[in-house]
Amino acid sequence: MINTYVVDRRLNGKNKSAVNRKRFLERYKKHIKRAVGDAVTKRSITDMEHGESISIPADDIKEPIFGHGPGGKRTIVNPGNKEFVAGDKVAKPRGGSGQGSGTGQASDSGEGLDEFTFTITQDEFLEFLFEDLALPNLVRKELKSMDDFVYRHAGYTSTGVPAKINVVRSLKNAHARRIALSGKSRRKLQQTKLLIEAEESKDLALKNSKLLEELYAEKLRLETKIGRLPFIDDFDLRYNHSMKEAVPSNAAVMFCLMDVSGSMTQATKDIAKRFYLLLYMFLRRNYEKIEVVFIRHHTSAKEVDEEEFFYSRETGGTIVSSALRKMDEIVKERYPASAWNIYAAQASDGDNWNDDSPICQKILEKDLLPKVQYFSYIEITPRDHQALWYAYENVRATHSNSFAMEQIVDQSDIFPVFRQLFQRKVL
Amino acid sequence: MTINPPPQLESRHEPITTSSEWTFEYIQEFDRVIGNIAREYRLDTYPNQIEIISSEQMMDAYSSVGMPVGYHHWSFGKQFLQTQGNYERGFMGLAYEIVINSSPCIAYLMEENTMAMQALVIAHACYGHNSFFKNNYLFKTWTDATAIIDYLVFAKDYVAKCENRYGVDAVEKILDSCHALQNYGVDRYKRPSPISASEELARQEEREVHMQQQVNLLWRTIPNNKEEQTSQHSVRFPQEPQENILYFIEKNAPLLEPWQRELIRIVRKIAQYFYPQRQTQVMNEGWASFWHYTLMNTLYDRGYVNEGFMFEFLSSHSAVVYQPPYDSKYYSGINPYTLGFNIFSDLRRMCENPTEEDFQWFPDVAGQDWLDTLHFAMENFKDESFIQQYLSPKVMRDMKFFCVYDDEEEPEYQIQAIHDDPGYVKVRMALAEQYNLSTREPNIQVVNVDLRGDRSLTLNHTRHNNVPLNKECDNVLKHVHRLWGFDVHLHSYDGDELKQSYSVPAKLVTQDGQSEENLKYV
Repeated sequence: MINTYVVDRRLNGKNKSAVNRKRFLERYKKHIKRAVGDAVTKRSITDMEHGESISIPADDIKEPIFGHGPGGKRTIVNPGNKEFVAGDKVAKPRGGSGQGSGTGQASDSGEGLDEFTFTITQDEFLEFLFEDLALPNLVRKELKSMDDFVYRHAGYTSTGVPAKINVVRSLKNAHARRIALSGKSRRKLQQTKLLIEAEESKDLALKNSKLLEELYAEKLRLETKIGRLPFIDDFDLRYNHSMKEAVPSNAAVMFCLMDVSGSMTQATKDIAKRFYLLLYMFLRRNYEKIEVVFIRHHTSAKEVDEEEFFYSRETGGTIVSSALRKMDEIVKERYPASAWNIYAAQASDGDNWNDDSPICQKILEKDLLPKVQYFSYIEITPRDHQALWYAYENVRATHSNSFAMEQIVDQSDIFPVFRQLFQRKVL
Repeated sequence: MTINPPPQLESRHEPITTSSEWTFEYIQEFDRVIGNIAREYRLDTYPNQIEIISSEQMMDAYSSVGMPVGYHHWSFGKQFLQTQGNYERGFMGLAYEIVINSSPCIAYLMEENTMAMQALVIAHACYGHNSFFKNNYLFKTWTDATAIIDYLVFAKDYVAKCENRYGVDAVEKILDSCHALQNYGVDRYKRPSPISASEELARQEEREVHMQQQVNLLWRTIPNNKEEQTSQHSVRFPQEPQENILYFIEKNAPLLEPWQRELIRIVRKIAQYFYPQRQTQVMNEGWASFWHYTLMNTLYDRGYVNEGFMFEFLSSHSAVVYQPPYDSKYYSGINPYTLGFNIFSDLRRMCENPTEEDFQWFPDVAGQDWLDTLHFAMENFKDESFIQQYLSPKVMRDMKFFCVYDDEEEPEYQIQAIHDDPGYVKVRMALAEQYNLSTREPNIQVVNVDLRGDRSLTLNHTRHNNVPLNKECDNVLKHVHRLWGFDVHLHSYDGDELKQSYSVPAKLVTQDGQSEENLKYV
């Protein structure tokens, strides 16, 4: 009698716990967010591309049940006796009366872990990090040219490139054509065959051999005629057709402006780098199409790639307006405001040539702010503000919608400031 | 340990396979052979359903206590994260199998296992555990293996329906509270009616109405007539203390909605299903281990497997039944596999090779038919009584058991008894007591409801050896309070002496009362 079934369940998918896992994360959101916030300040710059191990105090997630506490009198049986005999007294381990009450007890409940630790994926990590954040004043720009089309399937056509041939459709057509074109011949062939049969079945004496010969010739002619029909012909071919469909532009360009002059210490640069990194990842997440332009400056500004932006060293004085001018140039050249959502973030320690600060204000107000969606400035310094800050304050007073500025003192400020700058705004 | 000769001598077979890779054909063949041998040993089982799963799926199964379907709850997610974390960091291996008390009996085999492991698991789960599920009296009384899967499906659907209608949060709150009390959702002494999904479904609406009526009757505020009014004042409710707190709340809580009562019922029914498992851990694992050991040895004796196969089996087997001594850093209590395996193995030894000591201690066992003896032992006991009945001096000596007495008020532990002649009885009693569910879990019962007053619910905790409640007690009471809807009090008694009182919401007492109470309790 066979009463066993063997079932292969491996194909059933492995994410049965996904819902429960999500519920858990949802429930302890506050804890996880805090842990994620801590992690950002601790992580190294290049180290954002993986998940995070999250620890929650075990007490917070404990599901309470009635149980025995320490105290009272109890008898515990243990295995592996080596030297004890009945009547022995053994000193209790020091440190709390509860401590010694039976090793067997603790294992049942799995107590003793102070922290509940688990891992979240990179996606979840970023999700928590960027929650509630959105780039401010996102405006859907006019439909852009070529770039913003998607190809959608739209039936079949009779012309196209070989790569798009639809085999099933083409063969269907060929089949139909062959049936249609050979109809008359096949009907005749059928009749001829019947006639031949009738003739053949007659007595030998009555057979008209001449007629028979003619019929055979006719049959052959019809068969070759049918055979001559091509199996597939040019006009049988059908191609998959795709149509371009316009979609609203969701393209943004982010300008990262940073002071790399001699007055910027390594620590300041480090903080600035983290801020950009956060920003960069945030953008990557929120826009389908993101371009990032890195501009660094001391006395003159230069557009550089990401690697150089973050890792090369420079010395020299500081002229902030050079960077703003450079940005304006690039915008005019490559990123017309009608087609791009433009964002800019500038980081500096606040140093500038005093004469230069009013020029900065002018460039911002006249040239840049009308074009950009948002311009944010962070000043990384524990010291008092200098001329640049006050010039920017004037800008903020007149353009509070599209200009924001914050001060960062040390690493742990980055995240709160970042959040503040990019808080979801009600349009 | 010696390898016993097979019960019947047969011509030796060719090994089924010498490869360590498993295939479906080999699994079927091993199952067929092991099944035949198991029947020779009179192992009576439900049909088996062997499911091959991946390690990720095993983690899923872990976190839902092995149930193939279950309602959604964050605590299972927590369990999953914990398992996943431990597994990925290499702190723990996954169990080789999970087996479910259902008919057909579902056993999960991991695809990573070698052929030898798969055979071991088949012997252990599909014939060991399975026969235990089918024949042990507790399982027979408390669970209905044919209905459980259907019931779980019903529960899952019902919970999902409630979540849709009343919101995930509201449902989660009730489930949280029920989980906190799930060990108190079982009738320990009353035989329950088996669960059946179809019946649940059919009766569920009818029950909602009926239950609400009963609750209304209990809590009506308008007295029918004078006579009744006076009589009700004198009647205590409940008339007798109730051990099944969840049941009591489900039936009597004044403010719960019908769907909330149904949720309580679901948690209660599932707790009831697991109740026998909590009481037969040593026996269940011991029985399964004994049989995988015996069946595999028989396979070897008959030539179905070769030496390499046996080496792998024996190394896994000895890892499973390893008991670290009390002072090892790996020690985490008595290993139920070891204890159970040793007792069953020793039972067989006493039947086949009894010594003088055995005749003295176990006159009913020594020299008897070993199969009869083992089957009887498996069918009619739970851990507590099984140890009390069958723990032999030899096993106590082998495992070097000793008994430590811990009195809060003494500075030292006292070794009360060890594995020697004067100590055997004492050690055995203490160990049996350790597996007594009612001493492992605090004895808490519903004693009073203030029907005509503030509707408060009073629970009593009866202390055993003056062991107090743990710190979580307050939090559990909050859950009781959520379900009950009115004040909840818990009094902890040692004998007749009131030791401690808890109240939710925390009791506000007058200046006088406070000082009085302080005097009383400190």
